[in-house]
Amino acid sequence: MSKIPLQFRHNGRDVAIFVDGGTNLLVALRELIGDMTPKFGCGQGGCGTCSVLIDGELHLSCLTLAETVGGRSVETLDGMKQGPNLHPLQRAFADHFAAQCGYCTPGMLMAAKALLDRNPSPNRDEVIEAISGNICRCTGYEPIINAILAVAGGRASA
Amino acid sequence: MTRHRGRGIASINYPIGMNLGGDPSQALVHSNPSGKFTVALSSIDLGQGMKSVTRQICAETLGVPVEDVYVDTADSDTGPHCMGSFASRGTHRVGNAVMAAAREARGVMMEAAAEELEVNAADLETDGRGNIHVKGAPHRSISTKDVAIAAQFKQGKTISGRGIFLVPLSAVDPETGEMSPATCYAHACLVAEVDVDDETGEVAMVRMDSAYELGRALNPRLVEQQLVGGAWMGVSHALYETTEPHYPETVHGPRDFVEYLMPGPGDICPHDIAVLERPAPDGPFGAKGPGEMCANPVLPAVANAIFNAVGVRIDDLPITPEKVLRAIKAQGGARPQARR
Repeated sequence: MSKIPLQFRHNGRDVAIFVDGGTNLLVALRELIGDMTPKFGCGQGGCGTCSVLIDGELHLSCLTLAETVGGRSVETLDGMKQGPNLHPLQRAFADHFAAQCGYCTPGMLMAAKALLDRNPSPNRDEVIEAISGNICRCTGYEPIINAILAVAGGRASA
Repeated sequence: MTRHRGRGIASINYPIGMNLGGDPSQALVHSNPSGKFTVALSSIDLGQGMKSVTRQICAETLGVPVEDVYVDTADSDTGPHCMGSFASRGTHRVGNAVMAAAREARGVMMEAAAEELEVNAADLETDGRGNIHVKGAPHRSISTKDVAIAAQFKQGKTISGRGIFLVPLSAVDPETGEMSPATCYAHACLVAEVDVDDETGEVAMVRMDSAYELGRALNPRLVEQQLVGGAWMGVSHALYETTEPHYPETVHGPRDFVEYLMPGPGDICPHDIAVLERPAPDGPFGAKGPGEMCANPVLPAVANAIFNAVGVRIDDLPITPEKVLRAIKAQGGARPQARR
């Protein structure tokens, strides 16, 4: 199979790679770009831990063909930190004990960011709706919901 | 279609750790020339907080700030042997091993400090802020860093300690068959409230109220996160999760997260938790462990709540809508029980 040249913005930086036809975005990010923050959970859109933002919109990178992001902007958890400072969502996740094993956390943070970017003050139901494509086995979701609501309410700490 | 509200209660007692083979875990503690300490373990932190709690236990036993302790774990090539992270044993078993290792290391540290201050080690105490001083004379003081440097470069001592926790063998009484399989027990009680739909058989969680007695809570926020999250593992076992829905037939078994059901963010309900602390005599600083038992009382409480709501007893997990519906049909309709 011939390689397809692909250029896109990855966390604000232009990247150019060659992908095989049919390669999904998750594999392209992890194996070709080396960004390991989107996780491989189920590979079929059932768990949400591979979530990334494409032009600001939440997508499952495991179900996205890499070649469809040409010329577009892809954001992952790797780009969330602002220099040495954690993003308010990351800070709130820590303060609210919203991570245990941590495997769902990258996807949860991206889903939360997608929500707050378009709706800075969501209510509890909107937060639940926003993370409903992401499963977590450790926390019981409550600490995650509270962390997101804390940032939404302008209170970045517990 | 009617939704029936039901309430169920369950109490458990939970033996911490296991008995077979004495359930040992080991820990090693040593100082670095910077005056910081490393705890070497091979016990796994799965996110439950083993690294945080063993760090606290080590710092408290040594008498140094928690920032001065680093826990290096999860590599069985470099850490001493551990049976594993299961049976709610981490805080109790590994904690006790860390405590023993830190106590031995503290003994050497105090001897080294005594040599520097030219006093008897028995007259020294730690201030918990990184200094060792003569009791009643805080000005006769030396920092743990200076002690570590003196031990390493001048006295030729290793400030280190070894620790193991092993449950004494409990023999079986030949007359009665009795034995003591565990050294301490934690306890919990949980009340679950559910709504059962008698047309679809679906069970929705409405609220949970619980009380957990788990010895001293060494890190209350970690205990809380265990209890909050663990309850939903219990709900998940009670209502959703199975690898063999038609055991022993493997047909329709789940193959992935899309088919292996578990609660989503929209399924959760309020959960009010009370933590009761009755320190365990053989626990590190009185701790038992919140591990597995945060899920255990949920299953019988939910099954009882379903019985209370529609009058059907389901003793086969998970309690799926199909099982609820078949049981309701078999008894000729929902029979709500008295609310208590």
